[in-house]
Amino acid sequence: MKDDIREILHEHARLTQDARTLADGADLYQVGMTSHASVNVMLALESRFDIEFPDRMLRRGTFASVAAMRAAVEELLAASDVRMPQAVSA
Amino acid sequence: MNPAGRIHVGLDLVRIGHIEASVERFGSRFLDRVFTEGELRYCMAERGPSASRLAARFAAKEAARKILCVDDEPVGWRSIEVVRASSGWCDLVLHGAARTLARRAGYVGFSLSMTHESEYASAVVVGERRRRKENR
Repeated sequence: MKDDIREILHEHARLTQDARTLADGADLYQVGMTSHASVNVMLALESRFDIEFPDRMLRRGTFASVAAMRAAVEELLAASDVRMPQAVSA
Repeated sequence: MNPAGRIHVGLDLVRIGHIEASVERFGSRFLDRVFTEGELRYCMAERGPSASRLAARFAAKEAARKILCVDDEPVGWRSIEVVRASSGWCDLVLHGAARTLARRAGYVGFSLSMTHESEYASAVVVGERRRRKENR
């Protein structure tokens, strides 16, 4: 799952560093993540994992790092009881 | 932001092409998550969505988030709305979580100015708060 998230960041977040080599806990807002980029990333995550971020998760912290996004996606997958092969094996 | 001050200013700058790209990529999912029905009615009234108008409104929402000090609070984009009067002037209207944050911070009013040129859109939001002793 983390690789999927990094690919989405690489494609949508316009970061100043290569998202594919960032540490899981790296602060994305320190490497160029903007509010607009976080919306793009959120929508791409929703498409990739067939989830929908509720308003309560539309917080800065949700999109602050690869690890934070992974935790959010896992929470939503668990809530919807959807298991994707990539999510299980990551 | 000076927490004791009365007047607070938020500013944001958006590249219009980035908003246009989001609309092309995500379509109504992007539009419906970020903009209210009223905003979309105005921005898309003519020949399809106007990226410059959408970008100016996105900048207004972000400028408002700055003076509301939205940090890790869950504040949806649609809870900050740009409302256009028939005269052409635009005002900021807050709903839900954004309105709660504004009340908590003691804001009594906002003023909004937006502009756009060929590549960029920008917005400034000025907010007035009650004096501290009035804010108790």
